[in-house]
Amino acid sequence: MSIFKFVLRRLAFGLGALIAISAAIFFVTQGLPADPAKTILGRDATPENLDALRAILGLDRPLLSQYFGWLTDVIRGDFGTSFTTQMSVSTYLGPRFGNSLFIMLIGTVVSIPISLLLGGYMALKRDSLFDSSSSFATLVFAALPEFVMGTGLIVIFATTVFQWFPAVVFLDEGAAPWSDPMGVVLPITTLVLGCIPYVSRTMRASMVEVLESDYIEMARLKGVSERNVLLRHAFPNALGPVFQVSALNIAYLVGGAVIVERLFNYPGVGSALTDAIRVRDLPVIQFLSLLIGGVYVLTNLIADVATVLVTPRLRTTLK
Amino acid sequence: MLSPAFPQVLTEAAMTKGLRVTDLRLSVLATGDDIVDEVRISIEPGKVLALVGESGSGKTTVGLAILGHSRRGVTIAHGRVECADTEVLGLSEDAKRRIRGGLVSYVPQDPASSLNPALRIGVQLMEALEVHDFGGSAESRKIRLKQMMAEVLLPTDEEYLLRYPHQLSGGQQQRVGLAMAFACRPSVIVLDEPTTGLDVSTQEHVLKTIRQLTRDHGVAALYITHDLAVVADLADDVAVMYAGRIVECGSVKDIFMNPAHPYTKHLVVAAPDIEGKKEIVGLAGRAPSPSKRPTGCSFALRCESADDACRSAFPAEVSVATGHVTRCIKIGKLPNPVVAKPRASQTIESGASVVALQDVSAGYSGNMVVHNVSLTIRRGECLALVGESGSGKTTVSRAIGGLHSEWTGSMSFNGEELQKTARRRTSGARQGIQYIFQNPYGSLNPRRTIGESISRPLAIIGTSKSESRKAILDVLEKVNLPGSYASKYPDQLSGGERQRVAIARALVSNPMVLVCDEVTTALDVLVQAAIIDLLGDLRKQLGLAMLFVTHNLPLVRSIADEVAVMSEGRIVEVGPAESVIGNPQQAYTKSLITATPSIERSMR
Amino acid sequence: MSTMAEEVSKKTNFLASTWKMHRAKIGCAITFVVVAFALAGPFFAPFTATEFVDMPNTVEVPGTFFGTDFLGQDVWSRFLLGGRSILFLGAMSTIIGVLMGAMLGVVAAYVKGALNSFIMRTFDIVIAFPGILWALLLVSMLGSSSLLIILATVVSTVPRVGRIIYGAAVAVVERDFVSAATAIGESRLRIVFREILPNTTSTLLVETNLRFTYSIGGIASLAFLGFTSDPTGANWGTMVQENSSAIILQPWGVILPVIAIALLTIGTGLIGDAFSRVSAGIDRGRND
Repeated sequence: MSIFKFVLRRLAFGLGALIAISAAIFFVTQGLPADPAKTILGRDATPENLDALRAILGLDRPLLSQYFGWLTDVIRGDFGTSFTTQMSVSTYLGPRFGNSLFIMLIGTVVSIPISLLLGGYMALKRDSLFDSSSSFATLVFAALPEFVMGTGLIVIFATTVFQWFPAVVFLDEGAAPWSDPMGVVLPITTLVLGCIPYVSRTMRASMVEVLESDYIEMARLKGVSERNVLLRHAFPNALGPVFQVSALNIAYLVGGAVIVERLFNYPGVGSALTDAIRVRDLPVIQFLSLLIGGVYVLTNLIADVATVLVTPRLRTTLK
Repeated sequence: MLSPAFPQVLTEAAMTKGLRVTDLRLSVLATGDDIVDEVRISIEPGKVLALVGESGSGKTTVGLAILGHSRRGVTIAHGRVECADTEVLGLSEDAKRRIRGGLVSYVPQDPASSLNPALRIGVQLMEALEVHDFGGSAESRKIRLKQMMAEVLLPTDEEYLLRYPHQLSGGQQQRVGLAMAFACRPSVIVLDEPTTGLDVSTQEHVLKTIRQLTRDHGVAALYITHDLAVVADLADDVAVMYAGRIVECGSVKDIFMNPAHPYTKHLVVAAPDIEGKKEIVGLAGRAPSPSKRPTGCSFALRCESADDACRSAFPAEVSVATGHVTRCIKIGKLPNPVVAKPRASQTIESGASVVALQDVSAGYSGNMVVHNVSLTIRRGECLALVGESGSGKTTVSRAIGGLHSEWTGSMSFNGEELQKTARRRTSGARQGIQYIFQNPYGSLNPRRTIGESISRPLAIIGTSKSESRKAILDVLEKVNLPGSYASKYPDQLSGGERQRVAIARALVSNPMVLVCDEVTTALDVLVQAAIIDLLGDLRKQLGLAMLFVTHNLPLVRSIADEVAVMSEGRIVEVGPAESVIGNPQQAYTKSLITATPSIERSMR
Repeated sequence: MSTMAEEVSKKTNFLASTWKMHRAKIGCAITFVVVAFALAGPFFAPFTATEFVDMPNTVEVPGTFFGTDFLGQDVWSRFLLGGRSILFLGAMSTIIGVLMGAMLGVVAAYVKGALNSFIMRTFDIVIAFPGILWALLLVSMLGSSSLLIILATVVSTVPRVGRIIYGAAVAVVERDFVSAATAIGESRLRIVFREILPNTTSTLLVETNLRFTYSIGGIASLAFLGFTSDPTGANWGTMVQENSSAIILQPWGVILPVIAIALLTIGTGLIGDAFSRVSAGIDRGRND
């Protein structure tokens, strides 16, 4: 099978997973509660309002047809109308998406190189003082929940010890995310600190496996210089892990965004989601879940395909 | 230790081109325990010295030290290594790197894992030349590359060089390793068990290549191995290692015709031979690990002739003949190891068919690997199923054992049809056919005691605890293990002992057939012979039928009555062992036998 | 036969080796301190969780150590009372999650075929979405009782543990002693429980510890986001959130619970790391 077919097959799996996720989420939000309408509007809702909501949600139809209805709408580009803001979902989320993308991008650009280099260097200097102290530090930070880290940063740098940065982000509607540069420092730092420790440890483990392998020893016994042992022999074998590890990194960033945006009151997609969950704004919940699931599926797809491309043993046996 | 067979006439100049190791000691970094000590080796250019020893003797450690390299946790404590006129151990790291691959090179044991899976083989081969700036120009290197490939009998075209290691067979990978090692025309080459895991026919080619290249280019070769037949075939001189020290050294004829050290004697009588003796004699026990070596002779624990003088200090070097030295104080007074007296055997009617296969074909997910195999295993007899890797012999044996269910044809046990999976078989069939696995380190549950593992088959059929206990002790005795072993755990036992436990577990159900799947392949020569001994005894004593699956043709002579030779899923030749091996009819069998090295043949 | 004694000695060997490591000792010490606060704290609380003591957000209040929180309740008392539920929920969800995950992982490894694909694909799908979001969805739609919080955490735990145990079990299933058990007619169930599972204990131990660390973090995060079984009761997670707006006036309402959660997760994390190093060493040694 050629690479093209492999990518196609992998894409199909990814889409299948996405559909399964969105279906599961749909089921949890619209199918699980005994009466979604009541759950959404609360105990004091009037019967008329409940009926109206039920009509909008199409709750009398079987669940499966409700789901397909939603799915076909999504494919056509109609993401529904938010219950709370009464705007179309795309209008409501548009600017927020931009905001989240902004901190994500910066977070990715900062964290991936650090994770890779730190992990790689720890593996290279295995069992040295650098390695054991970094190992300890990353362990400590990896264990901390994101909100603890964020709050800690707030206490140290924003409120109690130093007051260098604001504790909360104030972004007006429609303002560009870079209009408050001081404000985004702590959120981005929290995001980055949330993923570097774990990801660098994974990178270290993969690199150690490469560096301890027989072919690296053999290269040394052939007289290859240390520099070339690393660049020529170790590096090509480290590429596969690099892609896997980067995908992991992005997954951690996306997951962490939810907490971080809430903690710093950053108007992004993550805080929109937590808000929507709290007031049970179903169209927003369903759309954002699809979006986040899509990001995960896409990054894993790219990572898997890239890994196969850079690993000759996998690339040539795509029968 | 003087170089064996060293004519006085040889000039100093010629000698300085070979390898000379003096008083080498390597130890464990953390504890200071010696891994190898007092190692002295001398090899002339163009000659091959075989360094023989069992696993754990330290031979690989010595091999790596010749390149000035030691593995993690090991340090080179003392000694001199002279390759041509360069002393290796005193060099700086940079200088060491310059001579590795250039002046002295290394051929590793596992070719598959020693080649970088991400680089094309052409790149890796060319690198061997580039690193040492061989030839001075890219043009001359290209020429040399083609030459290298031709020397090791690999295709010289461009397309082949673009392949990745996983696209080559095991034999081809090993030849690439050889090419890289000989590329810069080194003065010394260390080969670490380079033919382990290769098929006999591939091994023959590789050995031929090694012999040719070392002679043609005047390279001093150190060949590390545990296979005595290969030693007899390839080497000029031999050094025998035991527990980190060289205990005997001499020419290949000296060692095989007139072994002096008790350990060497045991090795020689334990080695199976396809043309020579049939009876092999083993020795139980194991060599002491680095932290447990005694002050005196380390072989004293296993030696029948050991006395207090042996145990007080490590024996000094003694000369047996010109160029033949050993480290034992009892030479000349030692008996040769004798075959143990066979135990009283009962008269069992042999010859009745126990397991019969008729037209059995088997495969994996539709891919057939066994085609129309028919054979019969008879009571009291041992049928050896021989073949190279991929011949289908393991698939056949697993099908008989109920572990492989994708097969067609008919299989019967004592007349009744056998079901495909063990689970569906009758209790009688399950107990009657017992399977023994190759890997002693994987066939016992590490979390259960030996007693529990052995008695499990009895517990399944509902035997009482007291009955079980008796059976366990009884069966441990049969395999020559003390009863106290019942409460031990597998990781406290050696490989040979674990294999005995596996045999005991098979015996506890009073089986009629033992299916032995390469049961000695993972064991050292002495232990292997002891297990073969044991299996032979048990067969006679209990009237068992045995299917012995192996790729080791010489071993067949020592254990089997009948032989079936398999190739590519079919039985090529079948008949009494002596006649198939002594007078093979089929071309495949003939080629297999001539490709197998033999001590006897080499000594003629 | 002294088999029991031998079994015990094998386990204590693992524990003994772990104890030798510094990080295990430090981790145990830290964890012990926090757990002590969480479990014993309620007995020493001078006030109840909801008692009004003085003006809100005041640090210097006579009769208290750290002053009052956003509702005028005693910060120190709420701190002493706030660990129990997190600890309990964390322990319960870890135990349930690890057991279920391990069972599914081992079954998938042993049974292969369609069941294996189904189990592993389901794992993949659940993992393809952030755990915190699954938890939020479940808890917001169905309520935040203790049972549901446990369920929400278990949903994240099971597939992750399942994957890891699957990896460990697959290596065991390949080994000959499992085939040997099949050959003598051992029932499938017994093979899973007596042959496969016991040989994954070091991985299980490491995973249990890891999952406990993350469960604590997850449950505290849920509380921080407002999802807890007792909204007005004392809870370290909710304390961080509810006192954060007044953090400039009254930092202790945030600092104390943050430090507690941090130490708890770090302590268990250190122990888990020690476990994983020892088990890696044991596995290395096993390949004679």
